[in-house]
Amino acid sequence: MWSYLANPERFDRLARAVIPWTWGVAALLFAVGLPWALVISPPDYQQSETVRIMYVHVPAAWLAMVAYSGLAVSSFVYFIWRHNLADLAARALAPVGAVFAFLCLATGALWGRPMWGAWWVWDARLTSMLVLFLLYLGYMALRAAIEDEKLAARAGAILAMAGVLNLPIIKFSVDWWNTLHQPASVFRFDGPTIHPSALWPLSIMALAFTVLLTALVLTQMRAMILSRKADALERRRERRLELEAGL
Amino acid sequence: MSAFLAMDGYGAFVWPAYGLTLLGVGGLVLWTLQARRAAAARLARLQALETAATQTTATEMDA
Repeated sequence: MWSYLANPERFDRLARAVIPWTWGVAALLFAVGLPWALVISPPDYQQSETVRIMYVHVPAAWLAMVAYSGLAVSSFVYFIWRHNLADLAARALAPVGAVFAFLCLATGALWGRPMWGAWWVWDARLTSMLVLFLLYLGYMALRAAIEDEKLAARAGAILAMAGVLNLPIIKFSVDWWNTLHQPASVFRFDGPTIHPSALWPLSIMALAFTVLLTALVLTQMRAMILSRKADALERRRERRLELEAGL
Repeated sequence: MSAFLAMDGYGAFVWPAYGLTLLGVGGLVLWTLQARRAAAARLARLQALETAATQTTATEMDA
């Protein structure tokens, strides 16, 4: 499948067919998920209404990590096989992941203040999540700082691959250290421990964020492919004008 | 309605959380759609120039 998609023309054709669906399905999932999260689901017996923050906080956290996994995998593929589409995917994933990581931190602070009594604590989970956000920023800054596009892509790929070490640290920080942040309650070996009335809106919101991430990344990649075509045309046009001027 | 907005006294935390999410996600959506539109428009413009140029060359050759 990957070698099939590796052809930019074929990817472009498939992306064009899939993109409208991803936007539509994402909108639909948010239309169901948001009222469920904000109105239908009951308040928590301990957290009261602040539990509603979880329906955006947790998906943002998951998707920030999913996006980083994607960034690391595409970087690896680009680094080994020099495949341009993989680099486009990496470039498209970074800003989306950065926004999700930021939203995770910001909504977490808004929950932490009333529930823990602190906007922020230097606990292993929060700190490793902050590192993830900084990795995204560092990745984008590094790419922006290097003018040679191929060199920027390779340097970025190395940074992204090294940063992947942070992902298991985020995931297991709540088990390895004594954190104020609560341990996993959904992705556990013994199954989720949260009540269905909260698990449902959480799952739908997580799915909505996932499909939205797909829509954003595919649309960005298509925009980049169109830009590259335009760049090539512009170079050809400049060469022709130079030739004509020379004649 | 006001009870819904008050969020049991936690409105000042719940609503900013959703507001920020809307801002972040909405910003990504607008930025992405704008990038695609801009790229498509630029490509169309260059393609039109290209067609015009090749047609001129062809006409010159005919003449």
